[in-house]
Amino acid sequence: MNPILEAIDVRKAYANHVALSGVSLVIPEGSIFGLLGPNGAGKTSLIRIITQITGADSGEIRFRGERLNPSHIAQIGYLPEERGLYKKMKVGEQLLYLAQLRGLSRTDATARIKQWLARFEIKEWAGKNVEDLSKGMQQKVQFIATVLHQPSLIILDEPFSGFDPINANLIKDEILALRDQGSTIIFSTHRMESVEELCDSIALINKSRKVLDGSVTDIKNQFKTNTYELEGRGRFMLTHPDFEVLEQKERENGYVYARIQIHAGATPNDLLRFAMTQLEIQAFRERIPSINEIFIRRVGETMPESLVEIAS
Amino acid sequence: MDKIWLIIQREYLTRVRKKSFLVISLLAPLLMVGSGIAIGKLNSASGPDTVAVHDESGLNLLGQLQDNEDVHFVPAAAGSLATAQAAFEKAKPKQAALLNFPAGFALDSTKGIQVLSKGNVSLNRQNNIRKAVNKAVSELKMARSGLKQETISNLQARVELTAINLDELGGKRNDVGVTTAMAYILSILVYMFIFIYGVQVMRGVSEEKSSRIMEVMISSVKPFQLMMGKILGIAGVVLTQFGLWMALSWSISTVVVPMLLKSDKPSISTAAPSGHGVTSTAPASAPSAQAPAAAAPATAEAVAPRPGQFSLWSVLEGLPIGSIIGGFLFFFLGGYLLYSALFAAIGSAVDDQTDAQQFMFPVTVPLILSYVVSINVIINGDPNGPLAFWLSMIPFTSPIAMVMRLPFGVPGWQLLLSGALLIAGFVGVTWVAARIYRVGILMYGKKVSYKELSKWMFYKG
Repeated sequence: MNPILEAIDVRKAYANHVALSGVSLVIPEGSIFGLLGPNGAGKTSLIRIITQITGADSGEIRFRGERLNPSHIAQIGYLPEERGLYKKMKVGEQLLYLAQLRGLSRTDATARIKQWLARFEIKEWAGKNVEDLSKGMQQKVQFIATVLHQPSLIILDEPFSGFDPINANLIKDEILALRDQGSTIIFSTHRMESVEELCDSIALINKSRKVLDGSVTDIKNQFKTNTYELEGRGRFMLTHPDFEVLEQKERENGYVYARIQIHAGATPNDLLRFAMTQLEIQAFRERIPSINEIFIRRVGETMPESLVEIAS
Repeated sequence: MDKIWLIIQREYLTRVRKKSFLVISLLAPLLMVGSGIAIGKLNSASGPDTVAVHDESGLNLLGQLQDNEDVHFVPAAAGSLATAQAAFEKAKPKQAALLNFPAGFALDSTKGIQVLSKGNVSLNRQNNIRKAVNKAVSELKMARSGLKQETISNLQARVELTAINLDELGGKRNDVGVTTAMAYILSILVYMFIFIYGVQVMRGVSEEKSSRIMEVMISSVKPFQLMMGKILGIAGVVLTQFGLWMALSWSISTVVVPMLLKSDKPSISTAAPSGHGVTSTAPASAPSAQAPAAAAPATAEAVAPRPGQFSLWSVLEGLPIGSIIGGFLFFFLGGYLLYSALFAAIGSAVDDQTDAQQFMFPVTVPLILSYVVSINVIINGDPNGPLAFWLSMIPFTSPIAMVMRLPFGVPGWQLLLSGALLIAGFVGVTWVAARIYRVGILMYGKKVSYKELSKWMFYKG
């Protein structure tokens, strides 16, 4: 797949700190790309460079192979973390205005606004002032404003904050639908469970540097520790040089749970064979680290403890 | 470029469609013309003050006090001061004051004169009475010194001045009063509008910032486009408002007012120049109204200009109307653009409007100063003096100072030079403001200082 966006050694410094020190990324077209990192890592700086709000000190951003320039604005949709709309403006007019600023014609915009408002079941609100809408509804309007001009690259900064679970689901479905229609989505978030659900690939930025990137599956495999989870009934006593019990718990009615790491040379089948001698096996599965765990592990390596808590 | 046009449209339409815009546009001319009429009526109704004179000095001062257009002296009730006072309080029609010359009053000891009244006596009224008393006493003194009345009359200088402006063509009459009133009105309009609409720009920017729409906006357009779009859109609002006011004031004062005031035509426009302040800029849109106006006060139809106007129109003819209107629009717009760019920079630098106060100070000071100083230098001083010249050249003061000078007539080269300087000033100020704006709109939660602002100017893109 061709990359829709490439960042090549992007650097950005402000008066008192360095926001990005040589970040390079490749974002494949038609994927959902998670941009992860603790607060202040440089995510927003990178996004603002991609949206051309600010410029990089050095390095280059390429959009479909071309150096990023103002003509690309019409192909990018951006939902900032800090949401906002003109409060005293009617919903319909506001959407029309924002769409026109993104280069959409008046007639196209009007037709699409109708479709989207109907899709989000807020058609009857088109003539209302934004300030009369509930917060959730304002968020929907803002989401519509982001995607109305059918951008091929959509940047969503914490898209689920402020949504109740039902609407968050609605937005999630829309994101997936947009991806299926060929849009690429850059998705910046702290919420790791949504990353697992949605992202095809991720990049982790910490302290102005990219510390990790790749497809979600690859990264998870890379962080696997050959650890297995075992559940069964009976008495379980494991003393074998090939296996190391990381955790063992007695549960109700004589059930046992154990987390076991297999050392090099042995296989999961060896472990299972051994366990079968002691237990009536109910479950046996490989323990795959969650993105959350990987995040904390990688960020924690370079961060003091207190900040890790915040990040998780 | 079409994006900035979209922004201008939005800024313009959202403001013009507001109810408050309509209300102000309709009410302001009504209020102005209405208050003009009211002042005219009151002035013509009130006439000179009646002052009762109680004289215990035995000098027969009442005989010496001469009535003038402001004061009319009448004898107070005979008897003691208390009797006179009681009579004064009950007097009908009402008397303005009771003037008391005490028993000890003599030409050599002129102390102890009292002015009694209900409520405070205005300074103006006191002055009028004092002048009359001064005159009476000095005449008595001169008479006592043995000079004949003729000699006294001959000694007193009575000079009258007729001002003829040689720059004006054909030696037209040039009424200093109207010129001055015009200078006041034009400059206060410029001052007010720059201030009011400059603050609107500032508020608009800080609303965009605090409602957090800013980031979405500047991912679509350049910060400079957003700033200029807002400034120009609001300029459109101002011009629309001006246009409405002129048209309304003109039609009210030429059509409605004469119909209402068929009886006392002459008093309106002459007695109340303020009522016609806005109207007075209108003749360009109504050139036909001037021509027949100079004719005799015949009974005209209600639609035609009424005799009440002709004295005003004819003095306006003596003024450089073309350069006044053109100059007014140019210097107003130039001043507005320059100051509103600064206001936009302030709006971008602060998180909420309460913080804006400290930064508004240095912006409003030149505005206020140029108004106050200009009044002293131009209206009360020499409209073509060196200080007036420099005030009308510096871009920060020229919008007000030059507009104030316009009715007095300004040489063409000065208008051009000042205009060019204003444009240069506007470009320079906008450049600085845009650099602050660009950084400011994305700064949140930071207490901004002047030092900080000056750093922003040098941030790279």
